[in-house]
Amino acid sequence: MNAASFRPIAPRAAPVRTEGALPWLKRSLFSNAPSTLATLVLLGLAVWWLPQLISWGLLKAVFAPSFEQCQAARGFGACWGVVTEKYRLIIFGRYPFEEQWRPLIATVAMVAALVASCIRVFWRPWLVLLWAAMLALFFGLMFGGFAGMEHVATDRWGGLPLTVLLATLSIVLAFPLAVVVALGRRSKMPAIKTLCVVYVELIRGVPLISVLFMASFMFPLFMPPGTSIDVLLRVLVGITLFSGAYMAEIVRGGLQAIPKGQQEAADTLGLSYWQAQRKIILPQALALVVPGIMNNFIAIFKDTSLVTIVSLYELTGAMGLALNSDSDWRPFKIEAYLFIAAIYFIFCFSMSRYSLWIERRLSASKNR
Amino acid sequence: MTAPASPPTKRDWSWRSRHVRGLLYQLIALGLIGLAVWFLAHNTLQNMRVRGIQSGFDFLSSPAGFDIGERMVPYESNDPYWMAFLIGILNTLRVALVGIVLTTILGTLLGIGRFSHNALVRGLCYAYVELFRNVPILLQLLMWYLVLIDGLPSPGQQVSVFGVFYLSNGGLSYPVPVWGLGQGLAAAGALVGVVLAWLWARRARLHFEQTGQPRPVLLPAVGLVIGCALGGWLAGGAPTAWSIPAPGGFSMEGGSSLTPEFIAVLLGLTLYTASYVAEVVRAGIASVPRGQAEAASALGLSKGQQMRLVSLPQALRVIIPPMTNQFLNLTKNSSLAVAIGYPDVVSISNTAINQTGRAVECISIIMLVYLTTSLCTSVLMNWYNKRSAIKER
Repeated sequence: MNAASFRPIAPRAAPVRTEGALPWLKRSLFSNAPSTLATLVLLGLAVWWLPQLISWGLLKAVFAPSFEQCQAARGFGACWGVVTEKYRLIIFGRYPFEEQWRPLIATVAMVAALVASCIRVFWRPWLVLLWAAMLALFFGLMFGGFAGMEHVATDRWGGLPLTVLLATLSIVLAFPLAVVVALGRRSKMPAIKTLCVVYVELIRGVPLISVLFMASFMFPLFMPPGTSIDVLLRVLVGITLFSGAYMAEIVRGGLQAIPKGQQEAADTLGLSYWQAQRKIILPQALALVVPGIMNNFIAIFKDTSLVTIVSLYELTGAMGLALNSDSDWRPFKIEAYLFIAAIYFIFCFSMSRYSLWIERRLSASKNR
Repeated sequence: MTAPASPPTKRDWSWRSRHVRGLLYQLIALGLIGLAVWFLAHNTLQNMRVRGIQSGFDFLSSPAGFDIGERMVPYESNDPYWMAFLIGILNTLRVALVGIVLTTILGTLLGIGRFSHNALVRGLCYAYVELFRNVPILLQLLMWYLVLIDGLPSPGQQVSVFGVFYLSNGGLSYPVPVWGLGQGLAAAGALVGVVLAWLWARRARLHFEQTGQPRPVLLPAVGLVIGCALGGWLAGGAPTAWSIPAPGGFSMEGGSSLTPEFIAVLLGLTLYTASYVAEVVRAGIASVPRGQAEAASALGLSKGQQMRLVSLPQALRVIIPPMTNQFLNLTKNSSLAVAIGYPDVVSISNTAINQTGRAVECISIIMLVYLTTSLCTSVLMNWYNKRSAIKER
């Protein structure tokens, strides 16, 4: 062994760190020139805007329901006082003030039932009974007229309870309709198929507002002379027919995703048409369309704001009602708009998260 | 065990036959529907007689008697109802068409932004989509309208940009060229340029298919259009006259202007629908397997060629059907303009119902207009969809 020939090679450089905060920053914010430029521009905008926004919305904002303070802070501070002053009018509409605990309990119960329906443990036949009991409780509380509760007619209902009621009931009622129409559209009987296609395409081709106009202006003409139907019921029928058409298309998508062999196998076993649909096809198809139905529910939840155009005072309408008649608070309408926008956002965002989650759950078997 | 020797040739008319039962079900369904329609029609006619409501479309030729603030064709308040409806339809189409163009641009940018390497851009696009998608469009329209009306100064103290754009809560005024021979020739030139560019693109494609040699297409095409338009403008004497708005006594004089209602509807519809379009574009791009781009770069295609020739055609196939739906949604949502007083066809119908009481006729007009628009868009998009679909042998 020749000692002179031994020369240690230079140590290799440490591997480039790819984990941790600094590499992440470099990779996702400053990876190249355009990216760096975009980061700097956006950070600059944030530094410029965020302090103004925080100052307007929090630091200089008025939270007390004082009209004078709001007037003084105008232009540089938000007036959340309009919300503290009017929130009961905005949330419950024209419902009698002392009785507003009733819509509160009814709405909480309805939302609780909705949340329960989203949890798989509750997907049992008795869920239908739960819903029946819940609806009885809801209408009992809202109408009153027994157990010492004052009777409240539907024209005084309003605000969030009405929004939740319209959205939920129209989906619950539209669901059976949608299943029947979706099956009808795939039927081999030409007359039934045509009827279903015409219904779905007719409704999907027109805006909801025209259906609501129909419910509000034309429905009274359709009924035998002398009968008058509550405007809430008429609007509910309109929204149900509307969402039924959209949901039928969603259900049809689910039906189409079921391989033909399933129907053939059911036929081979000697099941009748309805037995095959009920036991084989629908359970598979409906499990597939849960995310679609959820998205439809979100759409309908947002669309209920349209009923204010035919003078039912749900959340959007109740806000207009609360502020338009009050010239003191009317200048601070934008804060009230932001308040109800936040309510809508919380409802819709959580539902869309749920829809995504259930979609991942359903496709878990494919993603293995 | 005896199998039937041959299938029965005669129709089996017993209850067990599937055909007979099918026929019966259909007859029952048709009968029920017919009965329902008869019941509703009968009630309607009776109600109309009892309440003394006149029916028929004859009211369309009688004077409307109301003024419309926003119109694309000349109109006065004693013009007939059909003129008012026509203006409503034109207003609906105007806001829908402009909205579709803007929403496609914004939505595509946002959708591509979701794939950015920059975390801030990605986060911003995500936040935008979630924020605008989860608040009702009606509320957004009302908010934009309120911001425009309350947030902007009154027409006396309008904000001016470069002295040619004026913004106040009376609307936005902007300069327009004075229409003359030169502008007409320029437009004609641009049209000729488009035709020439199309011919050039065709020739380039044929050349590529025959020889495999690519020829530049985009630059010559743009050059042809601009050149021809410029030639027409020069031939018309190169007119440079612009009508520039200036504050007058009570209102702006000169130029052209957009009303705050139009801006609010356009802004609301565009920002709302763009969040949906962004999701459609994102899903379309995500649907193209990564291997496609890798294979394209293995073949030596440039980044732009990869996008244009490999990824985009496949993504478009996924994007087009839901995109059509979004365009239709935007058109249908434009009916909410009635809430802020933009005179679209629904708003005009609403006024007409209140004035004449002919609810059935006016609502039928609304539905007919939207159904026609929907069907036309569907036919157009189906044609395009067929063109971009996979060509299977």
